[in-house]
Amino acid sequence: MSKHVVLVEDEVNIAEAIRFLLSQEGWRVETLANGSTAVDVIRNVLPDLVMLDVMLPGKSGFEILDELRADTSFDDMPILMLTARGQSRDREMAEKAGVSRFMTKPFSNSEMLDAVRELTNT
Amino acid sequence: MTREALTGSRIRERRVMAGQKQADLARQIGISASYLNLIEHNRRRIGGKVLLNIAAALGVEPQALTEGAEAALIATLREAAIDAGLTGPDAARADEFAGRFPGWADVLVGTRRRIAALEQTVEALTDRLAHDPHLAASMHELLTTAAAIRSTASILAETKTLQPEWRDRFHANINEDSRRLSDSAQALVTYLETHPDASETASSPQEEVEVFLANHSFEFETLETTEDTQNQIEVLIDGAQMLQSLAARHIAKGVLQQVARDAARLPIVLLREAVARLGSDPVTLARDLRQPVVRILRRLAALPELGAGLVVCDRSGTVIFRKSVEGFTVPRHGACCPLWPLFSALNHPGSVMATRVSQLGHARAEFDCFAACDTVGVPSYNAAPLVQAVMLLIPTTSGAESAEQMGSTCRICPHEDCAARREPSILSQGV
Repeated sequence: MSKHVVLVEDEVNIAEAIRFLLSQEGWRVETLANGSTAVDVIRNVLPDLVMLDVMLPGKSGFEILDELRADTSFDDMPILMLTARGQSRDREMAEKAGVSRFMTKPFSNSEMLDAVRELTNT
Repeated sequence: MTREALTGSRIRERRVMAGQKQADLARQIGISASYLNLIEHNRRRIGGKVLLNIAAALGVEPQALTEGAEAALIATLREAAIDAGLTGPDAARADEFAGRFPGWADVLVGTRRRIAALEQTVEALTDRLAHDPHLAASMHELLTTAAAIRSTASILAETKTLQPEWRDRFHANINEDSRRLSDSAQALVTYLETHPDASETASSPQEEVEVFLANHSFEFETLETTEDTQNQIEVLIDGAQMLQSLAARHIAKGVLQQVARDAARLPIVLLREAVARLGSDPVTLARDLRQPVVRILRRLAALPELGAGLVVCDRSGTVIFRKSVEGFTVPRHGACCPLWPLFSALNHPGSVMATRVSQLGHARAEFDCFAACDTVGVPSYNAAPLVQAVMLLIPTTSGAESAEQMGSTCRICPHEDCAARREPSILSQGV
């Protein structure tokens, strides 16, 4: 059975590129362009991986991360954060909030795929 | 090492430069060679006739021997030593170092000044990048678009068996993103060209007001002398080209109205007379002149002869007015160091804070700092009062009293173990 990822990214062309790359690797990709429904969707589909942008309409990536980590049933869920905000304090905030990996844009495809493989042992 | 000690080193340097032997010079001015040797090695004080004779023999003005190295140079050397953590006997020998190796001292001082200038540039740029909303949004847009192009281009280049439908879609995406990137880059360049130097031009209404006030040297004589201040304020604002935005004009008007109110209640002539009589201690002046301390602080900042800086914040701690003073940096956008007496005063309305302060990185610049907080606006029932805190910084020379050390903003503060730290410093950690 293929693995399932929820990608929360409002930048359509980035989302499309990531969706293509992960699909090639056999992933089922659910894409959301708005943060407001992300937590509910994740609770429903219980994906193997969550990929989060930081600056999102509706609800920021940090808020989504906080909500997920506040729920102990998501303790082990790998969360990969992708952001153009590369400032050290963002990284620290994300790490404190329990992100599994923090990547700054622009990143290479191989870098992103390696991170996904590492986080999901695939 | 005293100032006199330098003189000996300088005599030796001048003599050597003139190619004269110690014994010859000693003979010429009628002292023993061993005594001159002691003078040259800074082991005997020198002055009066002997100094005049040596200066005449060396063909230089006596001042060239006693004042050759500027006090500022020595002060900067000492500052460099403090910042580098140099302790022990070496730290106290800045005079001797400057006297014996004037060229190297100049190099060291020049390097230190350059470092200070670069740190200020880093501070301004980092501050701007972190807090200028337009720049931050532009950078975000650029990076996001670049990320989309990079990912898509890699897919096109590296996927050998890409279906035509996907290929066409990615080509279209790249076309769209490259146009976006081009537009964003052009907009950013236009913005940066319009604002080539954040330290000199205004990128926010508050900064427009700062430029306006600085252009007037924070002095508004017409508001001190006329009764029709409202009209004068309009004239001043209408004539200020740098006040471009409506918000800036509104802020400037508020500042000038405050100046006019202060001037009406405490004319600068009265204050100057009181300072001449009593000194510049704000509480003493407030008692004598029967004025609130915050007004005294604001009015003292308006006296050019004091060269004082002034920072005002509102109840949220946001800096709403600043008159800069060299050696004490007030960040343009980011949050200030919470250790400032300004914020102690904000939490204790009615109290007056008084302390000697210096900012880390500006070890030799010390200030007598006074801060107080007062209510503003009209009182109402069951509502916490609006308050403003005012902090006056009067430059002073280092004395026996130790200065309380504080920062400008965490981002550029080297104090690593500070309990008030909000974020790491880019200066110490390079992040």
